[in-house]
Amino acid sequence: MNQWKNFSKGFIRENAVFVLFLGLCPTLGVTSTAINGLGMGLATTFVLFMSNIVVSLIKSLIPNKVRIPTYIVVIASFVTIVELTMQAYLPTLFEQLGLFIPLIVVNCVILGRAEAFASKNNLLTSAIDGLGMGLGFAFALTLLGAVREILGSGSLFGLKFIAGDGILLFILPPGAFLALGYLIVIMNKIKEKTT
Amino acid sequence: MAKKESTLLNMVLTLLVVTAVASTALGFVYEFTKGPIAAAREAKRISAIEQVLPEFDNNPGSEVKALAMDGDSVYLYTGRKDGEWVGTAVQTFSKQGFSGYIWLMVGFLPDGTIHNIVVLEHKETPGLGDKMEQEKSFDKKTGKSWSSQFFGKHPDNFQLMVTKDGGDVDAITASTISSRAYCDAVNRAYQAFKEGGNQ
Repeated sequence: MNQWKNFSKGFIRENAVFVLFLGLCPTLGVTSTAINGLGMGLATTFVLFMSNIVVSLIKSLIPNKVRIPTYIVVIASFVTIVELTMQAYLPTLFEQLGLFIPLIVVNCVILGRAEAFASKNNLLTSAIDGLGMGLGFAFALTLLGAVREILGSGSLFGLKFIAGDGILLFILPPGAFLALGYLIVIMNKIKEKTT
Repeated sequence: MAKKESTLLNMVLTLLVVTAVASTALGFVYEFTKGPIAAAREAKRISAIEQVLPEFDNNPGSEVKALAMDGDSVYLYTGRKDGEWVGTAVQTFSKQGFSGYIWLMVGFLPDGTIHNIVVLEHKETPGLGDKMEQEKSFDKKTGKSWSSQFFGKHPDNFQLMVTKDGGDVDAITASTISSRAYCDAVNRAYQAFKEGGNQ
């Protein structure tokens, strides 16, 4: 497989959020600002990248019947590493994302890639796939966070460019659904054009 | 390489090895991050204490008193300057928030006057209840925020209840519940201060 295609598919063609609709719980939960979306996206990218590498490495050593528990242990370990590291060195970001970091364990994107991709492909392909899908996820979360932050608080990455409060609805949960819906419409249009 | 057979021995061995490696790795990471995590928590608490107390030169973290109140703990930090008591910071809480606990740090002067209040943690509605945070309700014209009405007041002659309930506190518009919880937390802090704040 063409490695560049393998990498870039995560952004538009097989984007986890906009096309596969996976991992929507953190997507809707943390994206009240662009920086939160980016933080969550990068944390997920790290876990996805690392777990894809490890799963690809150990795939032939694992008996078929216990592969899912093994993958979960691998993923959970990386998530805990992210959680502890973030708590230690990025305490303010951790406060915002706190509850959602442990939930990366059950993010279907990661288990899905381990089961459907990394357990069937070689190390390099799996690593690139993990990076691509992860960054595509981060891209989606940052975009959604940016839209909600611009509309809801009149700022972007914490920089205020409009005085006042903005449309409060977009900071609250319903705004997440609204913004995501419209972004999916736009993404589908783009996808139609490129394919 | 062919896949390993799913025999009982193979499965048990695989899971054993995987979990052993994973837990060892996590043990190392935990050891590495333990210090920084504790330091980050401590820094946040100290900075809150610094904001709510007049100038002090001791380490309030070393003089802590915990009081059990209403099913949880309230902490009192004593601030001193040149050995003299300048005030007590009380880490207090309320369970009556709109969504979950509200944690505040309230600074009292030795006579019981409220010096300053900082919100440590809350989950109130953004845009409404979160105006209890000073920076969220700060008015440039007056230089005051919603919580300014508490500063310099003594709880003995300032009813810590919203005006709707017959108190002296103007509630946040459209957030009476959050305002009530805030008053509840400050009140609890004052009770704790009266019980254990005098030195």
